[in-house]
Amino acid sequence: MDYVLLTEQVLNGFQLGIILFLMAAGLTLVFGIMDLVNLAHGSLFMIGAFVGGTIALLTGSFVLGVLLMIPAMLVIGIVVEMTTLRTLYPRDHLDQVLATFGLILFFNEAVRLIWGPEGLVVPLPSWLDGVVALGFGITYPVYRIFTIIVGLLVAFGLYLLVGKTRIGMLIRAGASNRTMAGALGVNIPKLFTLVFGIGAVLAGLAGLIITPITQAAIGMGEDVLILAFVVIVVGGIGSIRGAFIASIVTGLIDTLGRSFLDDILLFFMPSNAAESAGPAVSSMLIYILMAAILFFRPQGLFPPKGAGG
Amino acid sequence: MLKKLLGSAALLALLASPAAADKVKIGFVTTLTTPAAVIGKDMRDAVDLAVEHIGGKMSGLDVEIIYADDEFNSQKGKQATERLILSDNVDIVAGYIWSNVLLASAPVVLNEGKILISANAGPAQLAGAQCHENFFNIAWQNDQTPMAMGELLNQVGVESIYLVAPNYAAGQNMVAGVERTFKGKIIGKDMTVWPSQRDWSAELSKIKAAKPDGVFTFYPGPAGPAFIKQYQQAGLSGEVPLYSVFTLDSISLPLFQKANMEAVLGTKMTQFWAPDMDNEANRKFVADFQAKYGRYPSYFAAQSYDSIMYIKSAIEAVKGDVLDTDGMRVALEKADFPSVRGPFRMGNNHFPIQNFYERTVVTDDNGDWTTAVGRVILKDHQDPYASQCKMP
Repeated sequence: MDYVLLTEQVLNGFQLGIILFLMAAGLTLVFGIMDLVNLAHGSLFMIGAFVGGTIALLTGSFVLGVLLMIPAMLVIGIVVEMTTLRTLYPRDHLDQVLATFGLILFFNEAVRLIWGPEGLVVPLPSWLDGVVALGFGITYPVYRIFTIIVGLLVAFGLYLLVGKTRIGMLIRAGASNRTMAGALGVNIPKLFTLVFGIGAVLAGLAGLIITPITQAAIGMGEDVLILAFVVIVVGGIGSIRGAFIASIVTGLIDTLGRSFLDDILLFFMPSNAAESAGPAVSSMLIYILMAAILFFRPQGLFPPKGAGG
Repeated sequence: MLKKLLGSAALLALLASPAAADKVKIGFVTTLTTPAAVIGKDMRDAVDLAVEHIGGKMSGLDVEIIYADDEFNSQKGKQATERLILSDNVDIVAGYIWSNVLLASAPVVLNEGKILISANAGPAQLAGAQCHENFFNIAWQNDQTPMAMGELLNQVGVESIYLVAPNYAAGQNMVAGVERTFKGKIIGKDMTVWPSQRDWSAELSKIKAAKPDGVFTFYPGPAGPAFIKQYQQAGLSGEVPLYSVFTLDSISLPLFQKANMEAVLGTKMTQFWAPDMDNEANRKFVADFQAKYGRYPSYFAAQSYDSIMYIKSAIEAVKGDVLDTDGMRVALEKADFPSVRGPFRMGNNHFPIQNFYERTVVTDDNGDWTTAVGRVILKDHQDPYASQCKMP
């Protein structure tokens, strides 16, 4: 076994997990606390990439793009919540799916009108470009390390926000018993607007962070959204901690599967078959994980305390 | 009685021959939505330019182009093709970027006895055992360009290569093409999930560990720039030369230039055509395309332009009788029209027998990034599946 390669692949898996976490954290908050199925979360991911990327290109500073994207996404999230989603809370999940699917079409078309179909290439500042030596012959792209650090900081910030602050307390109260929290004087609609805004910022951040790697494109959020749903189901809906752990596990399984599965399959089958079965099976692995979790532990790995039906 | 019979016979005859051909209706299937729509836009622009160049007429008949969107999806592409045939009642169907879309859609057109012209996709199946008398490809068979690449790699002395390509019909053909002609060692091969995978961190780490002399890749459309960007970010661009087919083109190069990614300059690829190829048809096509749209045409555009000129040569051969499929087929087999790639001929399987050239990414006189044509790598080359094609 090549340890340099293995270490790099673990880092790759970790980095994918971090992106998934940024996406899943917002999704799990909105789904778990507001009981809203938001398919348009992937659109927020895309909007964050285009808005932040445009700011970065205009100002010539990627960091400024990230910083200005945060208030922009907060405003966009709040506007979407107040204009469209607010009326959907008392409705059936199916209505929510339909309405937020409509939002996806709307946002995709809006991006096409504003930015055109060709997408956006966002260059990296020179200090984030290139590779860094980590010792033992391991080199790793600086930008991917930057992504991991940003993700960990966000995870820590969310932990503090939800666990240690008054707003966090209100969010948790709203999650475990909405009616009771309302009766005690918590302004639930305002709280939901704020939660949705935070979710939008997290999704936008994930989209913008991935853009220098994959470039911004219409519909870029949809594939990530499917993975994010897998993550929140595995982690337990409404749980930030569950989302974090499930994201990292999903990222690692996906990456390590892609890198080593065809070698492993070589032990069991001829090389032609392994070559074609490898990618197919490795892309299934995380869904197999989800199916297993749903079977043995349907509430997810870390269901939030007191979250009832 | 007789009169009545004659009358109804005449009426029947009227019904049988659909509205006298006063125009030529061409269905053109491409991708007009999803991120891959940038390719469809380039193709549509080229078709529009071709129609403009011929004054909107073929053999005196008005030309009507009906564009259809495959949504980058084989089932949607098949449905779009069915609409063209069944409700728009087109005379000829052309276009198709994606091999999987073409494979799903071809039977729809061919079972109706109509002529189908691929302006890009050239899957092995349709060149070999499943070839069809009414199917023509005006671009290339998928394996040919990478076969030229394998030969190029031999010529520049690459001894070990790592292959990365998407896991679908064309990706498999591209890899098979290089494997056919490359004489060195293939030390790694990754087929990635298509079209969803946009992060190649795992594959790039494997390449780094394998230390090959070169990397061969094929990522058409918007995936290409993303792959090359990550290749650079992983620190591979200075270390391992990248060889590609259908990945760097006039659609992606302006994006690279805007992002100032100089790593792509000097990159080599193989192709049957380049914007700077020196023949009359190509000079006119490229100059007018640049004047009209303010950018270089891509190979997709060149092939789309050619497909309209190709159809025109067939319509003129049958003097505008679009129902004379046999006559059109004979004309299409001759391929007698001024192609932007210069002279070529059609093989027995209705795929071109043509030259393949080396192409290098360069900066032009205006400072724009483009590709320059180099030496001939494969001369008068026919695809390897032609011998499996048994046409009636």
